[in-house]
Amino acid sequence: MTQIVTLKGVSKSFGALTVTDAVDLAVESGEALGIIGPNGAGKSTLFNLIGGALQPSEGRIYWQDRDITDLPAAQRCRLGIGRSFQIPHPFVGMTVYENLLTAAIFGGDAQSAPQTCRRVLELTGLMPKANLQAGSLGLLERKRLEMARALATSPKVLLLDEIAGGLTEAECHALVATIRDIHASGMAVIWIEHVVHALLAVVERLVVIDRGALVAQGDPKAVMADPMVQQLYLGIDADDAA
Amino acid sequence: MEWVNVLIQGVLLGGLYALFAAGLSLMFGVMRFVNIAHGDFIVLAAYLMLSFVTFMGWHPALGIVAVVLVMGTIGYLGQRILLNRVLGKDILPPILVTFGLSIILQNGMMEVFSADSRRVSSGALDVASISLPGDLAIGAMPLLMFVVALGVLAGLHVLFFHTALGRLLRATSDDAEMVPLMGGNKAHVFALATMIASGVVAVAGIMLAMKTNFDPSAGPSRLLFAFEAVIIGGLGSLWGTLAGGVVLGVAQVVGAQIDAGFQILAGHLVFLLILVVRPQGLFARMKG
Repeated sequence: MTQIVTLKGVSKSFGALTVTDAVDLAVESGEALGIIGPNGAGKSTLFNLIGGALQPSEGRIYWQDRDITDLPAAQRCRLGIGRSFQIPHPFVGMTVYENLLTAAIFGGDAQSAPQTCRRVLELTGLMPKANLQAGSLGLLERKRLEMARALATSPKVLLLDEIAGGLTEAECHALVATIRDIHASGMAVIWIEHVVHALLAVVERLVVIDRGALVAQGDPKAVMADPMVQQLYLGIDADDAA
Repeated sequence: MEWVNVLIQGVLLGGLYALFAAGLSLMFGVMRFVNIAHGDFIVLAAYLMLSFVTFMGWHPALGIVAVVLVMGTIGYLGQRILLNRVLGKDILPPILVTFGLSIILQNGMMEVFSADSRRVSSGALDVASISLPGDLAIGAMPLLMFVVALGVLAGLHVLFFHTALGRLLRATSDDAEMVPLMGGNKAHVFALATMIASGVVAVAGIMLAMKTNFDPSAGPSRLLFAFEAVIIGGLGSLWGTLAGGVVLGVAQVVGAQIDAGFQILAGHLVFLLILVVRPQGLFARMKG
């Protein structure tokens, strides 16, 4: 196993607020890594740093052995980092297929773009919707499109940001099966999720983030059994319910 | 029959206005910013045509190619070097910068070409006409311009809806922030959009140069016509822009028929009427 994405001492501050605090994290190629943590813990910021939407205040980010800290988002995408967002942002004026085609041509390999799109449409179950305007899709399909568009760039690592949030139990099961297939195809997956049971059905390693810092990591079951993690999570759950 | 003639002249004039509008609409559509210097760039293209063909004696076909290439290059570099730096959440900086560009261009052209009104002659084509039954005659030049305008709009349509670059431009129009995450270089896409718009501006400027007299201060009123055609047609719709140009053209020619001094005002009045009755334009596609 080789390391595909490595963060070394990465911090991000907005003024006095430290959102990411000296994170060291290495993701193996082909690995399925889960990230959990309370709201506002800095999980999405971590994705923004890896994807290149934000520059770290300190620390370096590596793609395999290459330092990509100063590389813009578009080039990171072409290297193989695919990112999907918590709130889907499809190109609403274009069809589902055109959304994927644009991602495949400019983020992946232009030559094989139509084949890539067909494969992604089948994998994500969007084939019947291929010619619909993206703006006309419902929430589940928008989430699938969000993931499909990241997949169309032929990434080596896929960043999924709370993709199961807001779905029904059945929809969530279908999505888990899809993500399993993606992972089984050899792609590394980094998945931020509040729906923990969905996450645990897929990931091999779990990381817990609190106030920007990495506070626990390891085997998912062992991490979830950690009293500190339980307290963190149960405490937050109670707050959420209030 | 006189009114049929007026109608035809108006429609043909509308083709030119649609070309004025297409470049403005394209830049607004992709980058959400209004180029206040748009009209002055049209006049700049007209002066380039004048320089190449009248002063340097080039063949008009060569002149057209040269003007399009020069304007496209200016567009790409201008966007990359200057305008990309001021585009952001705040809409004021690009307006101020292009307003400044407008002043610089007008005064620069005044310095180089003087305030004399100029025109590029197209020889026999200027007076050639095609006779139609019923005592009607259509000028060859206005007809040619209308056909070229249709050709340019059709070309833009094919580009937008049937090419990879067009899809990327539409994607940028929908959500520019997402484009880098699909591997697209936003600065480059913006510059390409301005390059294409500048190519259209070049064609519009060449037509202006051959159709009528122009001088360094002719830009702002072309900008106004372009604005009106875009708004009448509805933002974001290519063929709506053509319809907007035609409505404006017909209104002006009908106005001129009633009274020569009423031409420009008639266009503005129809524009205001449409703003009141249908503020989203005749063929609105874009929201927000």
